[in-house]
Amino acid sequence: MLGLEKKDFTLLLIVAVMVVLAPFVLNPFPEGTAMAQMFNAGYPDLMQRFAIFGILVIGFNILFGLTGYLSFGHAAFLGAGSYAAVWMFKLLGYDIIPAILLSIAVSGLFSLAVGYVSLRRSGIYFSILTLALAQMMFNMAYSVLGNPSSSYNLTNGETGLQVYNSDPQVLLSTTDPNFPHLFGLSMRSETHLLIGNWDFTLNAGYYLSGLFLLLAFYVSIRIFRSPFGLMLRAVKSNQQRLNYTGLNTRPYTLMAFVISGMYAGLAGGLLACMDPLAGAERMHWTASGEIVIMSILGGIGTLIGPILGAGFNEYFKNILSKINDSVLHEWLAFLPDGFEDVMVTLIHPFVGKGWHLTLGLLFMMVIIFLPGGLVEGGQRIGKLFHRKKANTPSDETPTE
Amino acid sequence: MGILEVKGVNKRFGGLQALGDVNLSVQEQSVHAIIGPNGAGKSTLLNCLVGKLVPDTGSVMFDGKSVLGRTPYEINQMGISRVFQTPEIFGDLTVMENMMIPCFAKRDGSFSMTAFAAVRNQKDIIEHAIHALEDMNMADKRHMHSASLSRGDKRRLEIGMCLAQEPRLLLLDEPTAGMARADTNNTIDLLKQIRDTRDITIAIIEHDMHVVFSLAERITVLAQGTPLVEETPENIKGHPKVREAYLGEAQV
Ligand SMILES: Nc1ncnc2c1ncn2[C@@H]1O[C@H](COP(=O)(O)OP(=O)(O)OP(=O)(O)O)[C@@H](O)[C@H]1O
Ligand SMILES: [Mg+2]
Repeated sequence: MLGLEKKDFTLLLIVAVMVVLAPFVLNPFPEGTAMAQMFNAGYPDLMQRFAIFGILVIGFNILFGLTGYLSFGHAAFLGAGSYAAVWMFKLLGYDIIPAILLSIAVSGLFSLAVGYVSLRRSGIYFSILTLALAQMMFNMAYSVLGNPSSSYNLTNGETGLQVYNSDPQVLLSTTDPNFPHLFGLSMRSETHLLIGNWDFTLNAGYYLSGLFLLLAFYVSIRIFRSPFGLMLRAVKSNQQRLNYTGLNTRPYTLMAFVISGMYAGLAGGLLACMDPLAGAERMHWTASGEIVIMSILGGIGTLIGPILGAGFNEYFKNILSKINDSVLHEWLAFLPDGFEDVMVTLIHPFVGKGWHLTLGLLFMMVIIFLPGGLVEGGQRIGKLFHRKKANTPSDETPTE
Repeated sequence: MGILEVKGVNKRFGGLQALGDVNLSVQEQSVHAIIGPNGAGKSTLLNCLVGKLVPDTGSVMFDGKSVLGRTPYEINQMGISRVFQTPEIFGDLTVMENMMIPCFAKRDGSFSMTAFAAVRNQKDIIEHAIHALEDMNMADKRHMHSASLSRGDKRRLEIGMCLAQEPRLLLLDEPTAGMARADTNNTIDLLKQIRDTRDITIAIIEHDMHVVFSLAERITVLAQGTPLVEETPENIKGHPKVREAYLGEAQV
């Protein structure tokens, strides 16, 4: 179906169901409870991030997962996409279609240039080139091209690019919402479903992002299963053999780089659609590092891994940063007073502003114990159940 | 004029003269062996033929066209395939996927952006690959991970991958090194069969004299980067210069 094998189609279907049901599944606790405050993730802002970062990492995985070329500068394409989208909002109006198209195009061009230069080297030198070029783009955005008093203020520097009432917005009609919209449907519009004590939010921006996630996922499956995808895996496996088999590896890796850059552009454009504002920090090298972390967390070179990695990262970042000392005291109230204080002091560095530390530790554990990421974890659990049921040898699935 | 003409090739690595004034002419549709003691420069010579190294001086002509200044993939697309001294295959891919890659290279050239078609729908490629695997007696292993193959099978696969491209010139760098006697004999039979049934020229580097004498029509002896003699197998056996080059190495 849709040109996919049954196994892949099932996977796509599962992701589709996940996307549709996420607002419900991610809100397991009734409104107003402490558990809901802490663990519910079914609110638009966070779910949009799940979907958008999912797209970003799916694209990154086409480059890193298939070819093994580790780019350390992909956040630059995300940022470029956001800037492009906000410019469309400023010049044309809040219609998201031109914004998203321009985001993809601009990031495609940037990645073509960066890829062309960096792919002259491989391994660590490639990574360093991408890092350097992306950091240059960050600095351009942060200062050189962002001086509000100069005539070529493209990024508005530190303040970030945003839409002002004085902007041209030539296509803006009076009936359009004053927020990014698709054919008049504002990305902010939402419906609340109140069922018992539960409050489920169905948000237009989230479902649009989810739709793009599905599209991005579908395209990535097609690429994985195509002759082009096979060549990319061959690049990772043995580039020398590929060259001596009459194949020119450079255009293959460059195309993979550009495709993944365009995915990043789409993600950046969508971020701007959900919140029409773009800042340089989105392009910082730490943001690029986070993309790498998400893809390793999920499982490099697997189909579903990027979605899991992005979701896991965003979810824990969200929870951990919400836990502060008073929450800890509440949770540990059952302990004797002195002991409680000691525990809170011990846990303190790992939560709230210290969420990086916990995620870093989790990341280390995954690398050491589950080099294949969450997908490998899932497979191991699956195998446990499999073994209990029957001793049938399982079919080999090289790239899940 | 041979299909491959090497003239006056020199190659230095720092102070080491790896190749010194090498002349070699390989006749079309023949099997030409290159022998010589360790470090004689045999692999270096092959590297100069396939674009891995560029000779300091001299010319390398294949089918009347110079290969110098061309990249490995261009030279391969001209019709030269190479089997390496240590098997070079795609270890992360299955045997079938390994075999499909040269089939794609043959059909689509050095680059093709087929990103939306499914591999499993490429009927002609699959047929070609299965056929090529059957030729190597490896069709039953097509679902295996190629990294888990035995060394002999990896070598067979690599040879098969080169043959699937239907090259005009096949270069083999010690195809039987490290093989057990039985595997070696299988490889000899395989190469004989290739020689007799295909429109192909073979240049083979080999230490195993049994292999050389079973296959080769011409033999070039290389020592310290320079060809000593080029002869038929009958004439090479008792050749004094060859004995000298191999003194203490192997009985010729
Ligand atoms: N890339 C290189 N850089 C420096 N020296 C090299 C290089 N490649 C080969 N050599 C040297 O050149 C000489 C010839 O090496 P080559 O590999 O061609 O020998 P060979 O005849 O293939 O030997 P063997 O039978 O052991 O495979 C050796 O002394 C080797 O150390
Ligand atoms: Mg050698």
